[in-house]
Amino acid sequence: MTSAAMTPIQRGFSAAEYLICLNGIVWREALRFLHQRERFISALVRPLVWLFIFAAGFRQVLGLSIIPPYETYILYEVYIAPGLMAMIQLFNGMQSSLSMVYDREMGNMRTLLVSPLPRWFLLSCKLLAGTAVSLLQVYAFLLIAWFWDIAAPPTGYLTVLPALVLSGLMLGALGMLISSGIKQLENFAGVMNFVIFPMFFASSALYPLWRILESSPMLYYVCLFNPFTHAVELIRFALYGQMNWIALAVVGGCTIAFMIGAILAYDPSRGLIRRGPAGGET
Amino acid sequence: MTATDAFSAGQSTQGFPPRPDAVEMPALSIEGVSHAYGTRRALIEIGFSVAPASFTALLGLNGAGKSTLFSLITRLFGIQHGRIGIFGHDVAQTPGEALRLLGVVFQPRTLDLDLSVTQNLLYHAALHGIGRRDARARSGEVLARIGLADRAGSKVRDLSGGQMRRLEIARALLHRPRLLLLDEATVGLDVKARADILNHVRQLVAEQGISVLWATHLFDEIGSNDDLVVLHQGRVLAQGKVARVIADAGGSDINTAFMRLTGSAAQSGSPTS
Repeated sequence: MTSAAMTPIQRGFSAAEYLICLNGIVWREALRFLHQRERFISALVRPLVWLFIFAAGFRQVLGLSIIPPYETYILYEVYIAPGLMAMIQLFNGMQSSLSMVYDREMGNMRTLLVSPLPRWFLLSCKLLAGTAVSLLQVYAFLLIAWFWDIAAPPTGYLTVLPALVLSGLMLGALGMLISSGIKQLENFAGVMNFVIFPMFFASSALYPLWRILESSPMLYYVCLFNPFTHAVELIRFALYGQMNWIALAVVGGCTIAFMIGAILAYDPSRGLIRRGPAGGET
Repeated sequence: MTATDAFSAGQSTQGFPPRPDAVEMPALSIEGVSHAYGTRRALIEIGFSVAPASFTALLGLNGAGKSTLFSLITRLFGIQHGRIGIFGHDVAQTPGEALRLLGVVFQPRTLDLDLSVTQNLLYHAALHGIGRRDARARSGEVLARIGLADRAGSKVRDLSGGQMRRLEIARALLHRPRLLLLDEATVGLDVKARADILNHVRQLVAEQGISVLWATHLFDEIGSNDDLVVLHQGRVLAQGKVARVIADAGGSDINTAFMRLTGSAAQSGSPTS
């Protein structure tokens, strides 16, 4: 065929088509999440165990001075609530990426990737869908915490929403970036241990940074360079109607960097290549 | 009407207007395409085309390179060398326009088992930018045609293998493509389910003018009037009408022709070794 013959009509895609696609991907993720009740329950139980058991025992040990955004002395449960909200998003981000590896191996990702819309858009939609699911979990957690008298100012439940969206995107993009390097599902659990636990414990989720500085300056700097710390602080301040600009800059910058990295690194052939010679699908 | 009758009845031609860009262009053109996994070459300078409104069988043993070729056509893999066009749209240059005209049934199941039959269809429609109301109408139509209307609310994991395949074909047609790729679509199905699916796809060609590339390793799925491409160890050994390929190979039927062709290829050395 000559190139002169390659002059077909090009229609392009309308904004409505993009929106329908986004809506469809978010809807599908929400459906899958609601169908997997065990996942929903475990996503709630994890932070509640920290809140009701760990924090209850730990508050007698750890003293907290008045630090922004708090204007008075607070219970330890109140302090760790934003960290646990971020933890929900951290686990959800990693779980979403785990499901992407699973979908890639099972073949479901092909349904998504043969869509005519641009691949960067499809992957961004997946991230947004994962973030939307994490919001459901976080607000369910906040509701239970509210019954436990761990309440933020009423407007805080609204002002925290943009912070949760941004941190959810950052952690989801990080998960997607990690999943791009995973060749097979079996490798994912090990990677989770090297990401989730270090990120969570080396942050301000469980203890304020000044406390860490007192005990270990080196660990303090590790925490300071941990983007999860800034996600926690962004959520903490937003929950009280305040803005932590440094946290916003770090989380925003990391979100962009992780998203670009994840989209560039995503290779749909990775799972297929592995299956090829062994499974006969070549 | 039984499920099989409904399935075999084919789809109506309503709502499938001919596209102006479909005229005088091959439905699919493969030009000098090569692909390697590291040092292992899966496809070597292959080239052929699929005419509009035709049924083309892509015949090859396991490992011939059929699935690799499908992954290239659907842009799951980046094209390393060569050019692939779908109704004139270059898959590498304008993938969106090319994929809009393409429906695919992959060899492994790609349905979401935890979602219902209708939910799977609505999800696929959304991925092609089809609004919810239109998608629901189309889903109802295709489910009625394939005899699964009464299973619309069932979870996909509760369907039989044949029903899943029929659903995958219906899903691939939901956005009204002009070219349909099916990669070993009948693998694992019983004889009747295989025949039903093959008949249905042939009716799509005859009644709706859809072009079909049917990858298979089963000789009995190839009809005497089909176009045929023989792929072996990453190379196209023969292409043309089935009768012509058989005559050129000096065989008495497709089976002996294939054995002669692949035997010759083996004698001249394995290209993937």
